[in-house]
Amino acid sequence: MKSIRKMTTLPGAASLTAAIALATACGGALAQDKTITLCWAAWDPANALVELSKDFTAKSGVKMKFEFVPWTNFADRMLNELNSKGKLCDLIIGDSQWIGGSAEQGHYVKLNDFFAKEGIKMSDFAPATVVGYAEWPKNTPNYWALPAMADSVGWTYRKDWFARPEIQAEFKKKHNRDLAAPKTWAEFKQVSEFFQGRTIDGKKVYGAYLFTERGSEGITMGVTNVLYPMGFKYENPKQPYAMEGFVNSADAVRGLEFYKSLYKGSTPPGLTNAYMTEGLDAFKSGQVAMMMNWFAFFPGLYKDPNVGGDKIGFFANPADKAKGVQLGGQGISVVAYSPNRNEALQYIKWFANPEVQKKWQALGGFSAAKAVLNDPGYAKSSPFAQPFLDSMDMVIDFWAEPSYAQLLLAMQKRVHDYVVADKGTAKEALDGLVTDWRKVFKEDGKMK
Amino acid sequence: MFSDASAMLSPRPETQGAAVARPVSRPATLATRAAAATPAALAGKVRGLSDRAIAWLFIGPTMLLLLAINIFPLIWTIRLSFTNFRANRPNATVLGVGIDNYVSVLTDGDIWLAMQATAHFLFWTIFLQTLIGFALAYLIDRRFRGHGFWTTVILIPMMLSPAVVGNFWAFLYQPQIGLFNYVVAWLSGVPASSFEMIGSVRLAPWAIVIVDTWMWTPYVMLICLAGLRSIPDYIYEAAEVDRASAWRQFWAITLPMVLPFVMLAVLFRGIENFRMFDMVNLLTSGGPGSATELASITLKREAFEKWRTGYSSAFAIVLFVAVFGMANIYVKALNHVKNR
Repeated sequence: MKSIRKMTTLPGAASLTAAIALATACGGALAQDKTITLCWAAWDPANALVELSKDFTAKSGVKMKFEFVPWTNFADRMLNELNSKGKLCDLIIGDSQWIGGSAEQGHYVKLNDFFAKEGIKMSDFAPATVVGYAEWPKNTPNYWALPAMADSVGWTYRKDWFARPEIQAEFKKKHNRDLAAPKTWAEFKQVSEFFQGRTIDGKKVYGAYLFTERGSEGITMGVTNVLYPMGFKYENPKQPYAMEGFVNSADAVRGLEFYKSLYKGSTPPGLTNAYMTEGLDAFKSGQVAMMMNWFAFFPGLYKDPNVGGDKIGFFANPADKAKGVQLGGQGISVVAYSPNRNEALQYIKWFANPEVQKKWQALGGFSAAKAVLNDPGYAKSSPFAQPFLDSMDMVIDFWAEPSYAQLLLAMQKRVHDYVVADKGTAKEALDGLVTDWRKVFKEDGKMK
Repeated sequence: MFSDASAMLSPRPETQGAAVARPVSRPATLATRAAAATPAALAGKVRGLSDRAIAWLFIGPTMLLLLAINIFPLIWTIRLSFTNFRANRPNATVLGVGIDNYVSVLTDGDIWLAMQATAHFLFWTIFLQTLIGFALAYLIDRRFRGHGFWTTVILIPMMLSPAVVGNFWAFLYQPQIGLFNYVVAWLSGVPASSFEMIGSVRLAPWAIVIVDTWMWTPYVMLICLAGLRSIPDYIYEAAEVDRASAWRQFWAITLPMVLPFVMLAVLFRGIENFRMFDMVNLLTSGGPGSATELASITLKREAFEKWRTGYSSAFAIVLFVAVFGMANIYVKALNHVKNR
């Protein structure tokens, strides 16, 4: 009997073991078969993310697919995808302004419970990026994204031109101070006008490159860098959506007039509809002394064989009566319509890891994790690291309301009409903007 | 119909003459074979269909397709135009707003500015393309040496993609490196970088007119050329006999006979340019400011950037009615000219 039992038990145990082994193998195979798609804009940091994500695939067995769309079509393409409840993207690194609409329309998965379960703390990330990329409503602990790519507007300048003794001497003679990267807008204007039309190495060069693009968000992302330091505010801090006297304050008018004076007197001809890539072209071709652009491009520029290395310098947005700079960057969210939510959440958990964040930074991304930013060696890790840290302390974002697109397009039109098309006055442009914005908020039921 | 047809195609009676019967014998045999090859069940089914039923059978799928992709969206758009629907807020309550969207469209200053920009673009592109296109067709119709080669060269622009054209003209118009400014500078003596074709409010509307004229004049030329070649030579020969001058022949023969073709070209270009989007969007994005913001660009911004679906539906219907109405009046005029 014993022997019989043995005989029946052994094959039973063997088959159970085989079944477990098979199930484990199948489970592994299933995980390996899983593929998730991450959607983002097509730019330098996206390539770094592709490289970084190989580690995730190696660790989890989940394969990664990427859908990168050029910036000019990024919002159109991705918002269409979200609005149509498409399943293309499992993860999306969406622009900071989308957070309100995507949260309210249920496009993004709310991450509070997941963060609590996995021990991911928002206090581990730079506060400005948490407010800008993750929270809706703003300044409330409701999280819809993990800060993924910290960014803001910054400046590059031709350090080699600034260092030339003859140029330095001429500048000092004219302005009675040393030529250096400007710290205030008044200094910026002096420097840009000094270089405007100057011949350097037999070539005519120009003072500065500014954003002027009309179609998507360009001129707004440019002009706000002057408006914020000069005193522009989106609303009365004590009374939400009360814009009269803040959007069109005397300081805001001065800021808009100042941006136009820079556009007219310090930029190359033909700069009427230019944004990120045109700026990179202008700087790389040695056309301008200073360039406005997003920090995300700076690692690539620093490596540029013609204008990078010792020839390039970086500085944070100049100040005026206050400090302020346009926030860029994005958070990473899980798309609510994704059939692979677990794998997408797995990616978020992996991405939040401080070691992964350090590698992300090393590969050319801009981490928002304090583990990276507060590292003692960070400020000296690259020539743009300190200006980036300075910028992160003064970032301000555009409206992130569900109607942000209407608000943005109204500003695009009003500012472009005034700055580029010479239509009306700065006061009229900003008064018109208040009217446009008020109309949008009234339609949304946020104002009477 | 099938029964009638089979009767028609059946072999003729033996009483008919052999010479007459022989030519029809082959198709009759084929038809018989075909009828014999048709499965009995199917033959039984189709034999009872009337002419009208067969006609519906043939046009039915096309009608269904048209209803699905043309008529239904149109009706749906009309329905949306009376609501506050926003496509980016699928969960929001949709309310009927009556004719508010239409009132907003027709009283919106920005819409009228876009309509003005569209009218300017339409008028000048059609005027220039007709004038130059007809002149080129008249020239090519002379059949001078090498006219075939020059016809091909002239046709090249219209074979290009509007996206490509928009992009490379943006480079041509670049004030520092653009060829256009250099050519103008060389011809006029004005410094090349002293003017900006797509950056100046005054010049940008003309910049888009120039590009569209460059691209589509060959199309008008082709239609005019077809018209010129359709005029029989004997009319000119008769005019020669009557000692009509070349000028008289042009006014009395060429122009009236080509006019329906010219009018057709104007109709095609008018409809095309009313909905112009791609080339202008790539060239100027509607700027500087809103100087070249045509109606289609405004519509796209309202519908797919601002997501005011109800409002943009109303705007689309207004545009549709305008184009449809104008096209109808124009087609009547065209028929009138043709029937003269």
